[in-house]
Amino acid sequence: MRIAVCIKQVPNTEARLRVGRDGKWVEEEDLPFVINESDEYALEEGLALAEKTGGEVVVFSLGPDRVKEALRKTLALGATRAVHLNDPAFAGGDALATGRALAAALARENFDLVLTGSQSDDVRWGGTGSVIAGHLGWPHVWLVMGVELEEGGKSLKVTREMESGVNEISRVPVPAVLEIQAGINHPRYASLKGIMAAKKKEIAPASAADLGLDPGKVGAAGSRVEIVSVAFPDAGSGAQILEGDAKAAAAKLVEKLQKEARVL
Amino acid sequence: MAKIWVVLQLREGGQVPRISWEALAAGQKLAAALGGKAEAVLLGSGLDSVAGEVAKNDLGAVHVADHEALRGYTPGAYVGVLAPAIQAAKPDYVVFPHTYQSVDYVPRLAQSVDAGLITDATGFEQTGGELLWKRPVLGGKLQAKVRVKGEGVVFVSVQAGSFPADSVVKLGEEGESSVQALGGTDPVGADREILGYEEVGGDQVDLTKADVIVAVGRGVGGADKMGVVEDLAKALGAEIAASRPVIDNGWLPRDRQIGSSGQTVAPKLYLAAGISGAIQHLVGMKGSSVIVAINKDPGAPIFNVAHYGIVGDLHEVLPALTEAVKAAKG
Ligand SMILES: Cc1cc2nc3c(=O)[nH]c(=O)nc-3n(C[C@H](O)[C@H](O)[C@H](O)COP(=O)(O)OP(=O)(O)OC[C@H]3O[C@@H](n4cnc5c(N)ncnc54)[C@H](O)[C@@H]3O)c2cc1C
Ligand SMILES: Nc1ncnc2c1ncn2[C@@H]1O[C@H](COP(=O)(O)O)[C@@H](O)[C@H]1O
Repeated sequence: MRIAVCIKQVPNTEARLRVGRDGKWVEEEDLPFVINESDEYALEEGLALAEKTGGEVVVFSLGPDRVKEALRKTLALGATRAVHLNDPAFAGGDALATGRALAAALARENFDLVLTGSQSDDVRWGGTGSVIAGHLGWPHVWLVMGVELEEGGKSLKVTREMESGVNEISRVPVPAVLEIQAGINHPRYASLKGIMAAKKKEIAPASAADLGLDPGKVGAAGSRVEIVSVAFPDAGSGAQILEGDAKAAAAKLVEKLQKEARVL
Repeated sequence: MAKIWVVLQLREGGQVPRISWEALAAGQKLAAALGGKAEAVLLGSGLDSVAGEVAKNDLGAVHVADHEALRGYTPGAYVGVLAPAIQAAKPDYVVFPHTYQSVDYVPRLAQSVDAGLITDATGFEQTGGELLWKRPVLGGKLQAKVRVKGEGVVFVSVQAGSFPADSVVKLGEEGESSVQALGGTDPVGADREILGYEEVGGDQVDLTKADVIVAVGRGVGGADKMGVVEDLAKALGAEIAASRPVIDNGWLPRDRQIGSSGQTVAPKLYLAAGISGAIQHLVGMKGSSVIVAINKDPGAPIFNVAHYGIVGDLHEVLPALTEAVKAAKG
């Protein structure tokens, strides 16, 4: 199978975040970036399927120069090559604009399957994969917790997570877009051999012009939805913080739970 | 005047779940802000009685797509019905409950009719004539305000618990909104063939009965580091639970998961250690009477829902807490 995997590089949300000077997003300088969590699972699913069927995985990512580091990591894990949608015109896109750009890049090749994560941990639209599917005219499934290739290779048995501990099982014809949920598999670690091999693999840049896209239809200019501000929740709505070293704080907490909250 | 549609998600048997009433409340509130009346949209098969129930509320209309092909949910059928209806009626807004089902088909629908798409909204505000929607970003650490530009319909899915279901405006005793067939086309063929549904592992452990829960997150650092959690749980007589990554990594079995794809609990005491407080986790535990958070990051969103917090390394705090609990219990 020829498999494409879309990965996004996102800020590590465990890092200390600061609101940027324009108030519209966090300050990205000095921020550690990681591959979006569910995308790591999408990559693993793609690599495993490619191994089973004797195919290959090509990775796609839209973002600025820093994204190369994330792409290099996916190459070390086993992807054959990468396509980097790198153009200031792509910046600030909503799910529809980002999906449009990625779909244009994906449509240049003949894939049997496109895998994405289910949600990006920074903007959290949960929709980019479905938008890609719409442009390609392929079926899609969101929140995929299982993929099995069926006899003949023309369809997949796909498990979709639903609320309340129930899964939907469906048959999906190939080609398709599957939006993978974290927890579907156990992502591998890069080997030293893989890391060395990755150095020689191709990361092909693609601009809006390369993809024949009108710059007004992608990125911020091509988006209907725009973030005008980000802010931390109001102070005051938070917890009573118990100060001191571990021992002192623990003692205070137990006292509070006994005397104030009366739950011990 | 704005035209506002609300697509209600129905249960298998045709009942309206709480989250759909909340979406209706959001639609009515939006209609009140923009001028106009919200209109409900129902998809399914055999909808007469539920349409009657929904029509008892203050709505411009109840549009019903009643069709055998809509008995079960598939995105192909839903988009097949809603896309032409939206193109014909041109609503300004379509509001959806934010559920795993709506996230499955709404972005695809948005792509097909070129809608603006705002998912997981928790509210809106009007500033200087401009409508701003609020939604969590960056793992729930920050709240973003977003605006819509350009022409055409806007889709908004609203997060559970954001608009109170009991704020839905009903009509008086005799009143009934008009029920109409949703204009136009038959559903197109499904793009996935449903083979069936299966229970995920079955809940062997019923955490809803526990009075005290010690919940652990990715911050614990590994399956081999759970000892401090077990010790505290034992001292407190508590059940152990976890956030999703702990389960995904195989550090604890799946029936210990709390959150939107796990169990929903409301114990007297919920102690969350090494859990950041993502929305999908919070929906499963924010009804707890007393919440304690232990996290090394003072900016972790769990501290916004917790009553008490300790900022520190759980591997130091939990053993200290175990000792303090033992001492207090004598
Ligand atoms: C559709 C969907 C459904 C989901 N369903 C669920 C669900 O049912 N339940 C669920 O929980 N999640 C669910 N999630 C995942 C959710 O979005 C979060 O990713 C998850 O809850 C994060 O888990 P966490 O807090 O353990 O990990 P992280 O977000 O990685 O947080 C780890 C925390 O530990 C702290 N920490 C690290 N080391 C230490 C230390 N030594 N001492 C103290 N603190 C430390 C860090 O500061 C951080 O705050 C779902 C996601 C999606 C997209
Ligand atoms: N800039 C991007 N580059 C590559 N893939 C992306 C990008 N943005 C989103 N995706 C993919 O779409 C999924 C859903 O993202 P979102 O719709 O932003 O929640 C992610 O998990 C990625 O797989």
